[in-house]
Amino acid sequence: MQITLKNLKRSYAQLHAVNDVSLSIPSNTIYGIIGRSGAGKSTLVRLISLLEKPDDGEIYYDGNRVDNLNNQDLLLRRRHLGMIFQNFNLFSSRNCAQNIAYPMEINGYSHEEIKKRVSELLRVVGLEGREEAPISTLSGGQKQRVAIARALSCKPDILFCDEATSALDPQTTSAILDLIKEIQKKMSLTVVMITHQMEVVRDACSSVAVLDEGKVVEEGFVSDIFSHPQNPVTKDFLSRLVGVDEGKKNKVYQWSHKEGSYVLRFPDNATDEPVLSRISRTFGVDFNLRAGGVQTVGDKEIGTMIVDILCPSSSLLPQVIAELKNQGVIVEEVQK
Amino acid sequence: MSTLWILVLNATGQTLSMVFFSTLFSLVIGLPLGIFLTITSPMEQGGIIPHLVVNNILGRIVNVLRSFPFIILMILLFPLSRLILGTSIGTAATIVPLSIAAAPFVARVIETSLKEVNPGVVQAARAMGSTNSQIVFKVLIPEALPSLVSGVTLTIINLIGYSAMAGAIGGGGLGDLAIRYGYQRFRGDVMFVSVVVILVLVEIIQVTGNKISAKLMSKR
Repeated sequence: MQITLKNLKRSYAQLHAVNDVSLSIPSNTIYGIIGRSGAGKSTLVRLISLLEKPDDGEIYYDGNRVDNLNNQDLLLRRRHLGMIFQNFNLFSSRNCAQNIAYPMEINGYSHEEIKKRVSELLRVVGLEGREEAPISTLSGGQKQRVAIARALSCKPDILFCDEATSALDPQTTSAILDLIKEIQKKMSLTVVMITHQMEVVRDACSSVAVLDEGKVVEEGFVSDIFSHPQNPVTKDFLSRLVGVDEGKKNKVYQWSHKEGSYVLRFPDNATDEPVLSRISRTFGVDFNLRAGGVQTVGDKEIGTMIVDILCPSSSLLPQVIAELKNQGVIVEEVQK
Repeated sequence: MSTLWILVLNATGQTLSMVFFSTLFSLVIGLPLGIFLTITSPMEQGGIIPHLVVNNILGRIVNVLRSFPFIILMILLFPLSRLILGTSIGTAATIVPLSIAAAPFVARVIETSLKEVNPGVVQAARAMGSTNSQIVFKVLIPEALPSLVSGVTLTIINLIGYSAMAGAIGGGGLGDLAIRYGYQRFRGDVMFVSVVVILVLVEIIQVTGNKISAKLMSKR
């Protein structure tokens, strides 16, 4: 299901929560929308998921306009959207199976169908045999799994994840992201993932839009954005990603506790050349390596190093940086 | 059996029937009122169909009725009892003012319980395409059930108190017995037994209510 947003606007009192957002979210992908708190992401997801109406602008699902549906059509349309939340929002009055059954009950499924589908879904999310479990007995990760099963029960065409991993620890986050990726492939879903965590975008999304003050400031494939960030907000998100322990697949090892001054990123084309030692010889400068590793971004691997550049004279520094960029390395000054 | 016990037994029966029927009728009026107060409240307070005017009018009516001293409300409602039951005296006739006095209280208790439901859960239910009535009956009420049970317990106990007052205008029951025999005829024993029976009734209802509420919570 392809989603197209045209000039969406929504304001509360004086605040322009979403200010002229146009996006095209391709079908059958995981699309990230990242922004700091207050950037307007929650409002945007409520607009796209038809929970709220925009003040202005249009929303299309596969070319059909959906922002102006009448109440009856709106209910029917919502029944084929899945949504999961930061705080899971499960029904505490219902056990595991009854939570998953709720959307099917309001959709008029028969008892046999519900029973069959519930055990099928519990298997998909890895909670076989937990039908009777009260919600309060589940861990955060298990609760999100139940929420995912509930969101999938009526075979939605879009799955919205509103900060779905923000309340979970890193290990559980990565397990939940793996599950979402697996389900996306299996069910050919379009997944819209709202987050403030760059590692979520890196690990799960293929495209991303960066939102700031209600506007999209940068948009594109995750691998492109990671290797060539343009906007300061994007760079800020990326700079916080480096040097943090990010789980098994993406480790940037830090062996010096003093932070370096520059982050160097080596995209595919720059990894096969002895760039640093060549520059070191040409200019007579030294690189002190403080951290380094490989980050997997989408399906691409990007080498990352944090370095200090020791120059005999400070006038040499801009030349060195220019040469690094010339060689295809992306250079960022670490802001202190 | 001595006259004392016959008197007390009769009065207890009258109290129980007054309390039972007035609880029933106050719920019949108060429950929908409480639901409407909740769903018409502003979005931030968990309203699903916010409607400022309706919410304000209902809220005002409830407040006015609640601020009436019960004894005055009862006198004001005599004509209504006469209209419905043909009399304004007796156990049956007291059920009318008791129900009407307790209904706004019930409405507020229900409203408070329903507003405690996690707004995120309501949002999730809306996102799944629930109709408003599905949100009320399949989400709000089940989610708030333990708290609703506590509210009903509180209502019953309040009604036992009110029903004792109703005795003053000829409603019968334990309150009436305590006043007419215990106070006006200086029968200390009648006074004592009536009060003890009222205490025991309150205690039984409180304990039962707590048990049911705890049982519901333990399944969550």
